[in-house]
Amino acid sequence: MKTEQQEVIKEKSMLIQKDMLSNLFKELSNTHQTGKKVVYTFVPGNLTELILAFDMLPVYPEINALQSGMRKKSASYIREAEKIGFSEDVCTYVKCDIGMMLNGNVGPTGEKLPPPDLLLLSYTGCFTFMKWFENLARLYPGVPVAMLHTPYQEDGCITQDQIDYMVKQLKEEVIPKMEMVSGKKFDMERLSKMMINSAESEDLLVKILETAKNKPSPIDAYFAGVYYIGPMFTAFRGTDEAVGYYTELNNEIQERLSLGLGPITPEGELKEEKFRLVVEGPPNWTNFREFWKIFYDMGAVIVASSYTKVGGVYDLGFRHDYREPLESLSKYCMGCYTNMNLPQRVNLLADYVKDYRADGFLINSIKSCNSFSAGQLMIMREIEQKMEVPVGFIESDLVDPRYFSYSNIKNRLESFFQMLEQRKVIMAHEN
Amino acid sequence: MNNLSDILDFCKDLAFDLHFKKAKKWKSSYEDRILVGYFPIYFPREIIHAVNGMPVGIMGTGDRKQIIKGDAYYQSYICHLPRGVIEMALDDNLNDFDGFIFPSICDCIRNLSGMFKLAEKGKFQRYFDYPQNFDKATGGLFYRNEMEKIIDDMYKINKIKLTPENLNNSIKLYNTNRRLIEEIYNIRQEFPWRLSAVDTYHVIRAGLSMPVEEHNLIIEEVISHISEDIGEQMDNIRVVISGSFCEQPPVGLIKSIEMAGCYIVDDDFMLGSRWIQGDVRDDTADPLGELVNSYLTQSPISSAVYDVDNPKGKRLVDLAQRRNADGIIFSAASFCDPALLDRPELQKECDNSGIAYITFQYHENTGQFKMIKEQAGTFSDSIKLWV
Repeated sequence: MKTEQQEVIKEKSMLIQKDMLSNLFKELSNTHQTGKKVVYTFVPGNLTELILAFDMLPVYPEINALQSGMRKKSASYIREAEKIGFSEDVCTYVKCDIGMMLNGNVGPTGEKLPPPDLLLLSYTGCFTFMKWFENLARLYPGVPVAMLHTPYQEDGCITQDQIDYMVKQLKEEVIPKMEMVSGKKFDMERLSKMMINSAESEDLLVKILETAKNKPSPIDAYFAGVYYIGPMFTAFRGTDEAVGYYTELNNEIQERLSLGLGPITPEGELKEEKFRLVVEGPPNWTNFREFWKIFYDMGAVIVASSYTKVGGVYDLGFRHDYREPLESLSKYCMGCYTNMNLPQRVNLLADYVKDYRADGFLINSIKSCNSFSAGQLMIMREIEQKMEVPVGFIESDLVDPRYFSYSNIKNRLESFFQMLEQRKVIMAHEN
Repeated sequence: MNNLSDILDFCKDLAFDLHFKKAKKWKSSYEDRILVGYFPIYFPREIIHAVNGMPVGIMGTGDRKQIIKGDAYYQSYICHLPRGVIEMALDDNLNDFDGFIFPSICDCIRNLSGMFKLAEKGKFQRYFDYPQNFDKATGGLFYRNEMEKIIDDMYKINKIKLTPENLNNSIKLYNTNRRLIEEIYNIRQEFPWRLSAVDTYHVIRAGLSMPVEEHNLIIEEVISHISEDIGEQMDNIRVVISGSFCEQPPVGLIKSIEMAGCYIVDDDFMLGSRWIQGDVRDDTADPLGELVNSYLTQSPISSAVYDVDNPKGKRLVDLAQRRNADGIIFSAASFCDPALLDRPELQKECDNSGIAYITFQYHENTGQFKMIKEQAGTFSDSIKLWV
């Protein structure tokens, strides 16, 4: 189905973010002139402040993959990777990234991305990350790999011996390799100072996301949420720019809140909030706008989501702490959403349903992300039983367009919304 | 000595007893015995044995149990093993187990541990995180802490303290077990027709749900039999199977490969039982430390182990050459990220070394083998004719 695309209304914060990203990619494309070193790493458990403290530039393969998905380039990249032996069954982020590399490594802005000087394998919450970087290590022979193994929150908490394990790896594995690659000595004070900015941005992000507790919510915490988390989860946490961005974003949203306005969608402001949902799982990127439109056309607003916590569950209270920078990085890595065990996830999602006064709970299950998907049907049952709200389940993929079936998803969502509508009628009648 | 076919029948039944009757009977004979289930790939079973426990390997249901409830817990794009496990957990198959251990291998097994926690199955359910840092003072310490958590879990159940003497004794028994299994592989290396791959599989898998002492006696008997000149040599090629370390291939698949003209001279089906390469020292005051060392320095090729400093492609090629194999069959479970993400690199190493290979995927309950048999048959013919 073709929909006529309207011009997207952009607020000041969006323009700031666009500039930040554009400058980063420009800087990346100029590294052959500036001599800046490049670190490939992952979003969950990223060590951005540490990378920046060595004046190196981070590249996030998942971000490149999702951008390729949004720009309709992922299908051909995935095919390229499958041609060299990657199975149709495996993670499409990996295949998209490898396909992009085989096609000249041209990034989302059309500029060529530099090869890595260091592969920083922050192995947090996703087993596939390890396999991904083992593959990249072979594709970039000679590039050093720094492995940071993040223990899982098996017991539903972070223990001191786990923190010690991580700090030791940072001191003995990660930092020495960064010193070697960058040619600079590690400066703890510089790292520590960045963390003051990190914590300030994190405070603001939490404040922004928690505005969705209001009725109507001034934000969509999933579709718009992925833009809000952008600078925080990628190259800017710890910088003045990030603090500037979140300050501006917060001002805009607080203003919307005081005016009682709904969220901004690509087609303007949502006038009527009919349904409030909590969503578990990443979005689909290949058909992101179409996917979002199904929701806002029905007046559905996502008030909380787990995906916006993959790079840190800041609403549970964690902040980067300048007083203990390395311990703080360790706690951060272990605290990311996909590093939480299933009972923790259930409790968090149940709290979201309650605290954000959601009408329903929806899972978007992603074909190629077992870290999220395995166990989701049990999470759904648990939430249904615990919270007594209607639950829904749809399936798609991150960046493989072969797994996005518009009609199928729309039909399922329409049935789900009908169920929510019906429930509202019944509850109004009972009250 | 027992007749070989009787031994093999016994092992065949035990290997696929999804009610684990023998293990449960063992437990019920004494009050302080415990049963601890573990999932693929590897777990240091010695620490369970040393505190009067029996480690029981849970390798899925294969094609021996109809999955109804399990499918309601998993999407179609998730491998088959956990749905069979959930089916067993929801039925009575896993009753009487005291605890469950989920070794770190992939996100499915990891999240399965959370599902067992939510369902409160057993007295403890523990995800067992392996270090991906192989420095003794860093990863080694982490690994020791992981083992100590489980030792503590077991102590809470039967109040039996782990002593160096007991652990050394258990290490000795499992050293013997691994040595005997290796002996079978070594005999089959020279005379693969003396014991089929399917029979070998049954003998080793049966060991996952019986006392190690008894399993050692059984393997010794099997070795005595196959040390004799039995069976008839066929004009088969020799292959190594790679990628079947977690969700197990159906027995029909192993049989089809052999019937298609391929002697399987090495494989990773029961990798956990063969994990530690060589012996673990069994005569020190710190046997737990010896288990740590053995994991850090004596682990095999595995998709679950970070390999940048010791690439598994080269190790697989070495194995194939050591086993004098004509080719490699990459046989992995569908949707198995660890195996399938390793495959392109392993294939590349084979290409570079001139080793022939074929690839296919399966589910543990795959029922159609015609295609696989044809593929393996063509592979065998092409090697016999052209290589």
